[in-house]
Amino acid sequence: MPRARHLASVPANERVTSLDERAWQRRRSPSGQTSELPTQVPRELKLRLYRAMLLSRRLDERLMALQRQGRIGFHVGHRGEEAAILGAAAALRPQDWLVPCYREFGALLYRGAPLSAYLDQMFGNDADPAHGHQMPDHFHSKAHRCLSVSAPIGTQLPHAVGIAYAARLKGKDDVALVFFGDGATSSNDFHAALNFAGVWRAPVVFACRNNGYAISLPASKQTASDGFACKAVAYGIRGEQVDGNDALAVYRATRDALEAAAAGEGPTLLELVTYRLDAHSSSDDPRFYRSDEEVAAAMAQEPIARMQRALFETGELDERADEALRNAVEAEITEALRVAEERPKPALDTLRKDVYAHTPWHLRGTT
Amino acid sequence: MMEMNMVQAINAGLHQEMAADPDVVVLGEDVGRVGGVFRVTQGLHEAFGEERVIDTPLNESGILGTAIGMALYGLKPIPEIQFADFIYPGFDQLVSEAAKYRYRSGGEYTVPMVVRTPFGGGIKGGLYHSQSPEALFIHTAGLKVVCPSNPYDAKGLLRASINDPDPVLFFEPKRVYRAVKMEVPTAPYEVPLSQAAVVRPGTDVTVVAWGAMLYEALAAAEQVAGDDQIEAEVIDPRTLWPLDLETILESVRKTGRLVIVHEAPRACGFGAELVSLVCEHAFVHLQAPPRRVTGFDTPFPYALEDDYLPLARRIVPALRETVGF
Ligand SMILES: Cc1ncc(C[n+]2csc(CCOP(=O)(O)OP(=O)(O)O)c2C)c(N)n1
Repeated sequence: MPRARHLASVPANERVTSLDERAWQRRRSPSGQTSELPTQVPRELKLRLYRAMLLSRRLDERLMALQRQGRIGFHVGHRGEEAAILGAAAALRPQDWLVPCYREFGALLYRGAPLSAYLDQMFGNDADPAHGHQMPDHFHSKAHRCLSVSAPIGTQLPHAVGIAYAARLKGKDDVALVFFGDGATSSNDFHAALNFAGVWRAPVVFACRNNGYAISLPASKQTASDGFACKAVAYGIRGEQVDGNDALAVYRATRDALEAAAAGEGPTLLELVTYRLDAHSSSDDPRFYRSDEEVAAAMAQEPIARMQRALFETGELDERADEALRNAVEAEITEALRVAEERPKPALDTLRKDVYAHTPWHLRGTT
Repeated sequence: MMEMNMVQAINAGLHQEMAADPDVVVLGEDVGRVGGVFRVTQGLHEAFGEERVIDTPLNESGILGTAIGMALYGLKPIPEIQFADFIYPGFDQLVSEAAKYRYRSGGEYTVPMVVRTPFGGGIKGGLYHSQSPEALFIHTAGLKVVCPSNPYDAKGLLRASINDPDPVLFFEPKRVYRAVKMEVPTAPYEVPLSQAAVVRPGTDVTVVAWGAMLYEALAAAEQVAGDDQIEAEVIDPRTLWPLDLETILESVRKTGRLVIVHEAPRACGFGAELVSLVCEHAFVHLQAPPRRVTGFDTPFPYALEDDYLPLARRIVPALRETVGF
């Protein structure tokens, strides 16, 4: 079984060794190569992954437009990070747990959650599984073993470790895959989680999307260390830097890490090096902190065109099939959006629901 | 039945619950071999092994955060925070995560955990081993806050808390830990949550107190009964939130007077909420302004601990003044 590489085993010329801005520049610019796509990945999986990436991309674009029109309140997407998120999601087995940050709706959909449920949450309508209690993109789905999105950064990391610990105690081989951004690596809970996971050898995979920024802050202002994967060393766990714009490389690394965790070999920290093409969220204006040239350069290496090129090269996809796929995705989104937007707001009494299992006296009545 | 102090009663309860249900796990700093700094978890490690009695790294956010994950998976974790004063590094996990999980997932996910923590002053613990932070958590929708005052209630409330589907904060008055002994059933039993106890019946004034301060309230009540022929009715809420308001209201409707005693600072303390609730629901029955006898709005002092705590000598004049109003 192939193993995720320990950072120490990564050849020095593949690692970022200096702390200067150029090094970070390289880190923010994953290679545009398409030649390394593993050939052992079945075509069906590649196409499923590609379709999921297309769906996520178009959802992002459509939702951002809806937000601009005032039809939804907020959106935080993953345009540009599709390979990192969906490549990792594709490696999950049904029994594994997805512990999201807030950009991973694509991973939830990949697991089979209905698009309608995600959009119901986006609109906060009466079918929203969260009863309109949370702002958009704060989704969950117990049926798909996806925990609930929390706004406070980093808090989900120890939950993943607890899930993993509990699974092992119950004699199951479930693994928890937890997503977070580079900014989250500065949070207390990142360090708590890696430390607990290391000591407990918990079956958990930490997937850090190094998308270059935490709102306006470049990753170089987040840490003085040599990237993020190296932080694994201090906690006695495996760490690996992965080209996060290469969906199949992410898939392979995540699969290896999950397999290792399930086999009792403990946690792995993956640093998925990618780039956030959009603003941090619909509330952010990235022109204040980064240049158009930088975004254009990143755009040239964005993961969907790259996957498309690879599939064209291997003959696993042609232009006609590609167009058919895109049209199908578009139609699916249009119909799901129409239905979700037409639904009414949740009933007033949902305001007081779900605070406790049983509603105490002080939450009854109207005042 | 067996004579037990609170440490022994809680320990017995933990043994029983862990033996009955393999999903119950205990975690925290030093809870394993040594049995916790107050020895409340002593013997569990030997009985149930280090997988279920987990000595954790020193990080409260990590303890509570991983416990939340365990609870989400279906375990019933009982994290221990060594002293309530050290709950603040885990505050975010409690108020933003444990308390909100049910609400934010539309009831799909729940966090059935019981956070045990010794609280309060009176053992010369100084500023950082004496605090009473219950109000912070009562203010947090989604948490339940329990505070037993004696060994019998402690064991029964612990079982009820473990069986409760919501996160419970279980404040153990450390001054009572070994000071009070009483007969406790060896068989499992529950003291239901959100049910107050009328500890001393009376007709002239209602006194509400919890944890170690209940004993000060009782001492004060005895003194004014002898000196002034004032019969104070003393109520222990036992569960602070969600509160059994009805028992308190019923008493106030009878006595017309209310005195609240708590160790925590006064401003925005739970006493303030109790006064508000009683005014809202029983104003016409009040014959005197409700009074609070509390800690001061300062950090907790080491050398002047007995002056800070609302001991009986400060409660007695409040009772006299309220009844004489
Ligand atoms: C504890 C906390 N502090 C601040 C914020 C505000 N905030 C929201 S997202 C964000 C940046 C997060 O960056 P990163 O972890 O890198 O994730 P990314 O957005 O890049 O995916 C900040 C500061 C927050 N949500 N939580």
